[in-house]
Amino acid sequence: MDYFVQYLCAFVVGGLICVIAQVLIDKTKMTSARILVLFVVCGVFLTAVGLYDYLVEFADYGARIPLTGFGYSLCKGVFNSIDEYGFRGIFTGGLPDVATGVVMAVVFGLIASIVSKPKSKK
Amino acid sequence: MSDNLDKLTVKQYQKISDSNSGKSNIVKNCIMAFIFGGLICTIAQGYSDLLASKPVVRVIGILDEKSIGALTVLFMVFLGSLLTALNVYDCIGTVAGAGSIVPITGFANSVVSPAMEYRSEGLILGVGAQMFQVAGPVLVYGTASSVLVGLIYYLVKI
Repeated sequence: MDYFVQYLCAFVVGGLICVIAQVLIDKTKMTSARILVLFVVCGVFLTAVGLYDYLVEFADYGARIPLTGFGYSLCKGVFNSIDEYGFRGIFTGGLPDVATGVVMAVVFGLIASIVSKPKSKK
Repeated sequence: MSDNLDKLTVKQYQKISDSNSGKSNIVKNCIMAFIFGGLICTIAQGYSDLLASKPVVRVIGILDEKSIGALTVLFMVFLGSLLTALNVYDCIGTVAGAGSIVPITGFANSVVSPAMEYRSEGLILGVGAQMFQVAGPVLVYGTASSVLVGLIYYLVKI
């Protein structure tokens, strides 16, 4: 039952974040790149003011997997390393926490570009 | 001539269908985005629970929370990349809309998809340069805003 609630929270919160993006796409005709940038920046600022922590606590991966969670990791990393290293933490803290995703995307991107061909778009 | 006629009618049709079903389309898109976005997050949740489950722990040992988080992101990026490489992710995208863009799998897709597409323009200026078409801005503004809030946090702290 405990598991069920957690999965439900992840599903609902993750889904709702995507719905916000979908409404923005349909209503304002924003391109997906703009949406993604907006979401990451929102994630950073929501984490900075302390709101996103509640969401992560509540929904766990429902809040971490959407791109706002990317901003959450960036901001968390910066804050933690400022606590630890002081001034230089502002610049060294953000990227290590998101490096996994970025590095793997690059590696898989390279592999995919070599072994796979895109279906011709019509 | 007939080609022209086809295009016209398609355009007209779209105009008519847009004006008639604009509202219900948004509702339908939102439901789809909700289902797929939620599903992707649930898969990630399931994978992280799998990493913490007993049989897996017996094989690879107990992982701390940060490693589980990183491995889950890794898995989702892998999933997004694989589905993109198999040309499946675009099909999901036409149905799921934002539900496939916003999760980290969509980030993977935004890197892998141009990498594949620009392969024909060479490895350096094609794949290498175009890979971050969409992910680049995300990283630039994500990093910049994290430095900004970091600076504020640092100044408030001292």
